[in-house]
Amino acid sequence: MVVPILKQGPYLIATIPTALADADLQSLRDGLVAQVGRCRSRGVIVDITALDVMDSFAVRTVRDIAHMTRLRGAETVIVGMQPEVALSVVQLGLTLEGVHAALDLEEGLAFLDEKANAVRGGRPGG
Amino acid sequence: MGERQPAAESAGGFAVSRRSGRVSPNEAQEIAVRADADIVVARQRGRELAASLGFGPTDQTLIATAISELTRNIVLYAQRGRIVLKAIVGQGGKRGIMVVARDDGPGIPNVEQALQSGFSTSGGLGLGLPGVRRLTDEFHIASEVGHGTTVTVKKWNR
Repeated sequence: MVVPILKQGPYLIATIPTALADADLQSLRDGLVAQVGRCRSRGVIVDITALDVMDSFAVRTVRDIAHMTRLRGAETVIVGMQPEVALSVVQLGLTLEGVHAALDLEEGLAFLDEKANAVRGGRPGG
Repeated sequence: MGERQPAAESAGGFAVSRRSGRVSPNEAQEIAVRADADIVVARQRGRELAASLGFGPTDQTLIATAISELTRNIVLYAQRGRIVLKAIVGQGGKRGIMVVARDDGPGIPNVEQALQSGFSTSGGLGLGLPGVRRLTDEFHIASEVGHGTTVTVKKWNR
């Protein structure tokens, strides 16, 4: 199953379906990292609202997406983690260090906008 | 690891005791594990069984996550094995679910170490066994180097 990557202005948005095989999640990772360059994106939103299980592999791959896109100049925000999924991630002892999270798509976009404004405001003469 | 598998098998689907129709909660379900796609199958079956036994959404997710980790261990370390899901009844008539993850893989040389918290649980290619133990109520592991590993976990419906 290929996860579509949508371009929304300077951002990329990918919505992960309920059940995703490991290989498909890795394809999404590679697709996002490549697309950040093609679209010159500043931010990536990974929507995991529908994802019902996040095991060690999923957590690691999402963390990889965040770290890899950052190295390409785009910030990644994870949005929509279900409360039960959050509990299982914590109980498994997994962490999403260095990965931004927001409640939903709206909050995620607002976060990226703030981030972009801060960068522009910080530039001399910008 | 993938290269060692014959193409026909890695492309193959899954075999379960009952492919379709209503799943009887009293009947043990067996899921053959051969490829990473079977991880999703196993955890979905587990969630369905847990739901049919009256487990709430939170416990369903914890059970499905534990099954996902156990199935992943089989794919990663033994390439093939099986997951057995079964409804169980405990003391006082409490209902629960039992998950058995069995493989004939290389076995775990140091089970004690594999069960220690922090031992490759950083989301890497770890065994994730301490996490599985935290997600479930009862945990038992038997492993013999060169012969395989069997992990049995139980979760009770409160």
